[in-house]
Amino acid sequence: MTGHVLILGATSGIARAIASRLAAQRQPGHKLILAGRDMDEVNRIATDLQVRHGAEVSQVEFDALAFDRHAAFFAECVDQSDDNLTGVVLCYGTMADQDQGEYNFEQIHRMIEVNYSSAVSILNLAAQYFEQKRQGFICALSSVAADRGRPSNYLYGSTKAALSTYLEGLRARLAKAGVHVVTVKPGPVDTAMTWGLAVAGPLADPDRVAADVCRAIRKRKNVVYSPWFWRPIMAAIRMIPQCIFKRMKL
Amino acid sequence: MPRSVLQHLAGWGLYPTEPCRVYRPAKLREVRQLLNGCDGSTYISRGLGRSYGDAALNRQDACGGGGVILHDQLDRLIAFDPQTNVLEAEAGLSFDTIIDVFLRRGVFCPVTPGTKYVTLGGAIAADVHGKNQHRDGSIGSFIIDFELLTASGEVLTCSRRQNPDVFWATIGGMGLTGVIRSARLRMLPVESAYLTIEYRRLANLDDLLDRLSEDDDRYRYSVAWIDCLAGGKSLGRSILMRGDHTPVADLSADLRNDPFAVPTRRKLAVPFFLPRFVLNPLSVKAFNALYYARASGGGDKTAVVDYDSFFYPLDSIMNWNRMYGKRGFLQYQAALPPQSSRAGLIQLLEKLVASKRASFLAVLKTFGPGNDGLLSFPMAGHTLSLDLANTGGELFGLLDELDRIVVEHGGRVYLAKDARMTRQTFEAMYPNTDAFGQVKSKVDPNGLFSSSLGRRLGLAPGPMERSG
Repeated sequence: MTGHVLILGATSGIARAIASRLAAQRQPGHKLILAGRDMDEVNRIATDLQVRHGAEVSQVEFDALAFDRHAAFFAECVDQSDDNLTGVVLCYGTMADQDQGEYNFEQIHRMIEVNYSSAVSILNLAAQYFEQKRQGFICALSSVAADRGRPSNYLYGSTKAALSTYLEGLRARLAKAGVHVVTVKPGPVDTAMTWGLAVAGPLADPDRVAADVCRAIRKRKNVVYSPWFWRPIMAAIRMIPQCIFKRMKL
Repeated sequence: MPRSVLQHLAGWGLYPTEPCRVYRPAKLREVRQLLNGCDGSTYISRGLGRSYGDAALNRQDACGGGGVILHDQLDRLIAFDPQTNVLEAEAGLSFDTIIDVFLRRGVFCPVTPGTKYVTLGGAIAADVHGKNQHRDGSIGSFIIDFELLTASGEVLTCSRRQNPDVFWATIGGMGLTGVIRSARLRMLPVESAYLTIEYRRLANLDDLLDRLSEDDDRYRYSVAWIDCLAGGKSLGRSILMRGDHTPVADLSADLRNDPFAVPTRRKLAVPFFLPRFVLNPLSVKAFNALYYARASGGGDKTAVVDYDSFFYPLDSIMNWNRMYGKRGFLQYQAALPPQSSRAGLIQLLEKLVASKRASFLAVLKTFGPGNDGLLSFPMAGHTLSLDLANTGGELFGLLDELDRIVVEHGGRVYLAKDARMTRQTFEAMYPNTDAFGQVKSKVDPNGLFSSSLGRRLGLAPGPMERSG
């Protein structure tokens, strides 16, 4: 059975790599629905996948912050798939400047809306759909930054922590219906988001993260770190007690 | 405004290294935003950084300059027509990816330089040539058209009919006319991933040149490796490698099942800069002697080899440029016209042998006629390329002497490999610099596009001369 996979935020570097891997998979072949705000770019990426992999790709405009249009958007995606949507991969996210954000709530508010509120809004719709179908998967990109509130990055990290907690609850709810939820926690990835920023740790290749995402979906993993070495690192960091953590420079 | 990073960049030769403000747009509109910035910056596009010198550098100094636009994210395929074999793609697409995606569909890059880690845009900007230049011309011959984002923000479609002046200024124009967004390229149909190559040992330069003039046009690909440490009667002793793509019928039975499959090899890497003593005249001499002995061991022979080993032997060693140590190396490639090439080559090789400088790799091939690219390198005759470890002052003196020989014989030096030629030398070698200047001032009147090479050779105004 081949169904459609909806990729939300299709123009991000990681999304492009994930879409390329899904399109290249032959058994079972996935059809893709790419959703994003910048339709010119979405169209370019869709054409690239068609020429490169001979993939079946369609495009739908999606603005994460247009909450009132989410229902209509999701209905259109279901329509595009001939009522055969098998998965949703949420790839978008934004990182506001932490230094400015501590004094300027406007940017932070937008980041919360994009990274958390909009994800809840759109994934609620997806959850309802898959629950009724009693099949399918939801995969969303969280971050290692969600695991601990570091002074240098806690505003971004808290939006991803909220997303992770939401996904955890959703996973438990949908498990009864046979719907699988994957939380992916990448470390810093070499994309437009991190270009020119001083980041903790090495930058991972987006294609490596995409490979981990596709494997996690295939093997129905619950929470994966990417690259894998972030799992033991974050396990150790999570064990540091508050009284010491608050004195560390991170 | 897109974010930039201050990086110390170098070309593949690792000389020179200069501070540049590096941008990495992930969307086409970000490139336009950048160019509309109006902050007095200048910009140059950079693909995979395989030009050897300062072509893809833009030194930032007190007067501004400094913008380098990376194209690795702008590498989307746009169309491929299996009937006409025409491929359309964004400029950041690498030849590596093109081969990866399209060889299985029975087409190959119509022209390829000695590395597959070049981008389509970079190939056009340097009008790269390959081992088939004598028969097929350079990459410009296969470019149908391209879209150029100019300084005014306008997107010009350029072809032989549409904006032909900009077309021929951009092919070989080293990125100084604007940002190439996308291009259409006619690919070469092939039946397999293999080539049938004849190896022939030749005792000296005269034997080699005789052989080349005799029957080089019979072979699509032709290149000679020269042992440039051999002097006297053996000056120019070489191994000539010539051949063409192997038809399926000529493949052995086991390869015929999957004629486009090539065994994947593990990549070697040079993980750090080797100390300078590793590549000394003695070790290079030993390498050259060994290479010659090995290739000639079985006498002259014909072999079927995969495309990677024939076209890209050095690509299997990542960062091979680090072999030359931290100071890097200089490539020197010259073309000489037919009437004077023999005399010129002898002088160049003798100068090199006398200097006792070892070139790890010296390559000679026949050049067919060039194209109308105003700054395009190939010209009918022969081309010789050398790479030489950067040993500082005395090497630069030697290269100046080589320049003089090349100018005296009516030849020229390849800009994509150059890091040090003077403006005067350049103008003596390239007859169309004025014509290039006219197109440049038409499409980029304020000198928005500039590079360290462009300023060194007077192709782009220096920061003080800019009127914008």
